[in-house]
Amino acid sequence: MSNAKKYIIAGVLVVAVVIFIVFANSKSTPVAANTPSGGTDTSTTTDNTAPSVTPTSTAGAGTPPVTTTEATGASGYKDGTYTGPVENAVYGNIQVAVTISGGKITDVEVPVAPSGPGHTDQVTASAIPALKQEALVAQSANVNVVSGATQDSQAFQQSLAAALSQAS
Amino acid sequence: MKETRVLMGMPITVLMVGPAANKVAIEKVFDYFKYVDETFSTYKDTSEITAINNGTLAQEKWSADMKLIFALSEKTKLETKGFFDIRTPGGKYDPSGIVKGWAIWKAAELLRKDGFKDFYIDAGGDIQPNGVNAEGKQWAIGIKNPWNEKENVKVVYVTDQGVATSGTYIRGFHIYDPKHGNRAIDEITSLTVIGPNVYEADRFATAAFAMGREAINFIEGLDGFEGYMIDKEKVATPTSGFETYTRPSITS
Repeated sequence: MSNAKKYIIAGVLVVAVVIFIVFANSKSTPVAANTPSGGTDTSTTTDNTAPSVTPTSTAGAGTPPVTTTEATGASGYKDGTYTGPVENAVYGNIQVAVTISGGKITDVEVPVAPSGPGHTDQVTASAIPALKQEALVAQSANVNVVSGATQDSQAFQQSLAAALSQAS
Repeated sequence: MKETRVLMGMPITVLMVGPAANKVAIEKVFDYFKYVDETFSTYKDTSEITAINNGTLAQEKWSADMKLIFALSEKTKLETKGFFDIRTPGGKYDPSGIVKGWAIWKAAELLRKDGFKDFYIDAGGDIQPNGVNAEGKQWAIGIKNPWNEKENVKVVYVTDQGVATSGTYIRGFHIYDPKHGNRAIDEITSLTVIGPNVYEADRFATAAFAMGREAINFIEGLDGFEGYMIDKEKVATPTSGFETYTRPSITS
């Protein structure tokens, strides 16, 4: 579609989202709808057009469904540590181990993980002159929870599902 | 009270502090994630997104949440100059980069509406905390070392700011750069974003990751967000205000 049409649709969507956010705000916890600097026009109008996006996907083979075993509750699993098979993902092998205590999942570990990104031979120039860089330093402080990249590859799911089925 | 279940293909943990924590509340949270999975999972034959991708669900029949996610995705695409795009190289829609943070945030809203103040929800490493931990202090959140999952390279202290991490080290090169022939992004390994809530943190962590090393500059330019980027050479770049999160402050 033409660029003009794209901008019109985009504008309608933005307005519709703003209306939704204003509507949601009027009855529940405020939404922090942060707009970055140089962001979109958020003028409100009385346009009630529902958001419209025309999907242009073509039919074709999708990703095969993965059987995800879901923990069913307190008495769903036998206590112990169960290790799934090593599954092959495009970027390496992955193996998942799950620990059950009191019938519930208490730990999920990855004893075999992809070796990680390779080391580049080239020295790449820093593209961020304004921000200071630093080396990684292991922290020993106690934490409540850890943030890391998503573990939801198909191989991870398969190994995890296999481990959980051993616990059933 | 703490419980972990596998939903949406990943471990999801809910931890609630205090004597009021109860199973009904926890079930509500997991029921919500189940609903999100059944609607938005591209791995499920019966999900709404699969029907949309197969062309078997007309737009006027889309659910309110689906329309909302598409609208929020379009808004995010505009705000990130196209670096966020739920349309994959194959032409199918995969909104998981925005659905995950949105779902965690919505689930946290369920708990808040029921009056719970001190808890966190962690889905696949994206976290929405609220209030304080069992010690009455800010939640201490570690940032995983991409090369050693048992090690944290940073610890940040938050009350209700969302923390989301995008990375290539587990999924492989799954984040594509829509601007350059959809080549997979491999300049940076991990980008952690701290934002007003996990929905905001997650959508920008996903979008910015596609920018390669420029990601941290993008986060630097966002008011109310801080970030920590780790590149392939194991060099880290925090945004200029990131360090304020690494020092715990006294909470009443």
